[in-house]
Amino acid sequence: MSDATVIDSESGYKGQSHVATTNACKLCTPLGATLAFKGVEGAIPYLHGSQGCATYMRRYIISHFREPMDIASSALGEKNAIYGGGPNLKKGLLNAMRKYGAGVVGVATTCLMETIGDDVARLLAEFREEFGDLPLADVVHVSTPSYSGTHMDGFHGAVKALADQLCVEKAAPTGRVNVMPGFVSPADIRHLKEICREFGLTPTVLPDYSETLDGPALLDYENIPSGGTRVADIRAMSGSVASLELGRAIGRQATAGTSLESRFGVPLHRLGLPIGLRETDSLFEALKDISGRPVPRELALERGRYIDALVDGHKYVSGLRAVVYGEEDLIIGMTSFLAEIGVKPVLVATGARNRDVAGHIRAACGDILREEPIVREGVDFFDIVEEAGTLSPDLLVGHSKGQRAAREWGVPLLRCGFPIHDRFGGPRLLHVGYRGAQNLFDRLVNLVLEKKQTDSDIGYGYL
Amino acid sequence: MSETAAAARIERPAIFEERRDQIRRIGEGDFSMACNRDSLAGAVSQRACVFCGSRVVLYPIADALHLVHGPIGCAAYTWDIRGSLSSGPELHRLSFSTDLQELDVVFGGEKKLAKALDELIARHHPKAAFVYSTCIVGIIGDDLEAVCKAAGERNGIPVIPVQSEGFKGNKREGYLAACKAMRRLVGTGDVSDVSPLSVNIMGDFNLAGETWIIRRYMERMGVQVVAGITGDGRVDDIRRAHGAGLNLVQCSGSTQDLARMLRDDFGTPFIRVSWIGIEDVAESLYAIAEHFEARHPKLAAGMVERTAKLVREELAALMPQLAAIRRDLTGKRAAVYVGGSFKAFSLVKAFRHLGMEVAVVGSQTGTEEDYKELAAICSPGTIVVDDANPLELSAFIREKDVDVFVGGVKERPIAFKLGVGFCDHNHERKIALEGFEGMLNFAKEIHASVMSPVWRFVPRREAGLNRKDAEV
Ligand code: SF4
Ligand code: SF4
Repeated sequence: MSDATVIDSESGYKGQSHVATTNACKLCTPLGATLAFKGVEGAIPYLHGSQGCATYMRRYIISHFREPMDIASSALGEKNAIYGGGPNLKKGLLNAMRKYGAGVVGVATTCLMETIGDDVARLLAEFREEFGDLPLADVVHVSTPSYSGTHMDGFHGAVKALADQLCVEKAAPTGRVNVMPGFVSPADIRHLKEICREFGLTPTVLPDYSETLDGPALLDYENIPSGGTRVADIRAMSGSVASLELGRAIGRQATAGTSLESRFGVPLHRLGLPIGLRETDSLFEALKDISGRPVPRELALERGRYIDALVDGHKYVSGLRAVVYGEEDLIIGMTSFLAEIGVKPVLVATGARNRDVAGHIRAACGDILREEPIVREGVDFFDIVEEAGTLSPDLLVGHSKGQRAAREWGVPLLRCGFPIHDRFGGPRLLHVGYRGAQNLFDRLVNLVLEKKQTDSDIGYGYL
Repeated sequence: MSETAAAARIERPAIFEERRDQIRRIGEGDFSMACNRDSLAGAVSQRACVFCGSRVVLYPIADALHLVHGPIGCAAYTWDIRGSLSSGPELHRLSFSTDLQELDVVFGGEKKLAKALDELIARHHPKAAFVYSTCIVGIIGDDLEAVCKAAGERNGIPVIPVQSEGFKGNKREGYLAACKAMRRLVGTGDVSDVSPLSVNIMGDFNLAGETWIIRRYMERMGVQVVAGITGDGRVDDIRRAHGAGLNLVQCSGSTQDLARMLRDDFGTPFIRVSWIGIEDVAESLYAIAEHFEARHPKLAAGMVERTAKLVREELAALMPQLAAIRRDLTGKRAAVYVGGSFKAFSLVKAFRHLGMEVAVVGSQTGTEEDYKELAAICSPGTIVVDDANPLELSAFIREKDVDVFVGGVKERPIAFKLGVGFCDHNHERKIALEGFEGMLNFAKEIHASVMSPVWRFVPRREAGLNRKDAEV
């Protein structure tokens, strides 16, 4: 349904204005793939490449989730770089299966392997032949060269690889609905599942790291944390009544959703990330269609309360000028949310390229925006800061890496997305649904009030 | 879960066959350790790469440009991640990358690198530039040396390539590459005003201002500091580093290579020091004073005495406060897993002052010799491990039922998942843990974690497993 008509993808596109990248506003491709693989039950993400990349990504991801994030690696050395990494890959896969008891190994490739040109698909076929007598785990493979794309490409690529490589037969109808939420928080995933259930639908969320990356305290360390999308459920995705794929910027790219649609005829609903009122409304419309039920009362109430809160709080935020940055889908959703509450997005920026962010913003909230924001793709924080410097923003909206600029300008930063490295509770940040919008709105108003209170000499007790 | 089931799971073999000789229990047979091996394929190693080693060492040089030549990840993941403070410029806190794209990989990245260097040098006016090569640069075969040389000539500053292709070894090779890069600077500055009673503080990265603590001690002893290598580092200081009378080398791996080069090329002696704990800090200070008094009896007269006074004053302030903390911590157990083994030594000793015992100890990059020495100061039954992975670490934590884990950010979630306290003793720490005041901070950190009531609620205590003396 409401897939935005793609508007001139070049308009509003102005790339990075420098040769060197300073303070990147993107991460590398395999990182996204490891996160997606982490959302499958019994899976261990595996990087075919040198050791360093895996360790760096783990560190980065752990700092946000504060949860174990094991990534196995082929740990390639100099010899392998010359003669190829085949033997290490096979040995590594066996180890990951034997020692970690992995049910699925999600293999992504680092730049090193992509550059050397190991044919991973062939190596995996060889692996199956050589060790065919052993009970081998599933191996899903995605190619993730960082020199083309960002972590979001790795994420979507891995989700597609999971659907392509695990869901290979038309399953009997399950009555379920497939949800490909994109890179959202564990809290978001939990809420999306809850919403589906309220509509009487059983969701298969791919990936689902709501427990693997936000789990309970444990008696015993788990080699592979509990939770995640069950492999059996992934195999049965072909029998679902519909797929929901969230994220406008995925564009016309082939995805898990298009693959399930073209191979098995599972109808695909491509929607925006349900952030703010109207993008959430679109999701609910789709769920009404699919389930044939009206919006459940509890959720309708949440919508009502949210609108009530918007009325109560609108003056605190009306007319504020915001700079929004981060992943393409998130910034479109956040821009839409901000437009609805009367905040003026003046600059919207991402490190990704050719995502037609401007067109998607127009489609999501062009009718509310009195002036279109400047949209920049393929930029780093040097560009963002330079561009924003002339726009006198009152507010930054994005992940932790904007902290430097916010501090310099003395404006609040509404933290959202990934990574949250300088605050607590990143995985529990809720963005989606009316409840997510409510949380965002409450947090934003309080940031504004806090600044007002701290900056004033009087220190008003009532605000 | 029943107790027997839990016990059975504790017993599960968490050790990869191939890694058996990288793990030892003290008191079980001869102590020998296989280490400095490549990490095992398919294991989740806590180790990093050559690039990481170089980046750690050179990172705190605050007025140099640090350009990572490669795809974006290697630079993105090292953006402002360390707590190395600077008293002046902060260029090191920015992340610069050539962000290689597909075409660069096909046709080579030399042109892009040259342009990036010109652009960044013109924008930031650094005193020098370090260009780090990452894995794929090693494959596509860019001639870093030539590009850097030309860029240096064009821009009138030293532009120094760091041969840090990630896959060509482990962190140690990265340390060496960094030392070689710095060696190119040493000897190019004027040392006419450097006193013979002077040192370079090496292998300290000024995390949370730790180098400044040591600098204050040097001042009180009457010792001039020429360069922090690389804590609060400056290019011009490193250029003059050959003027120092003595090199103080902390950290078994990171800067020892440079100290050796300076000894061989300039005749500068070096001593190994540790700024962690009580004995180790005091011993280090005395060693410096004794060295200078022996070499320059007239010039350094009274230095040992001044040092003794310093130590006395510091201990008088520290010990009563430690005693209070010790009362609470006595009998608790710790696990230590850190990057360099020198730190492990000092921590084992430091824990004794807290009345605590170290039951598990390991490092990413220790040498066989390091581990033998380590074994000698630990009690029987202590587990000693090289290049551990999360599976092993968690099994050891369970087996020894420790109260606190000391490690880096990658170990934190393992400890926390199992309901064990934690102290970050790595490059990301924001609290100074060196010197005498650092010892107090350390004690407070450990106390704050171990004594928290939250452990009462974690499953392993709620289940009443393991610990007879648990307060639950
Ligand atoms: S080499 Fe590639 S995969 Fe590895 S960290 Fe760098 S960008 Fe990421
Ligand atoms: S690509 Fe190489 S240099 Fe970069 S993080 Fe990975 S192992 Fe290290």
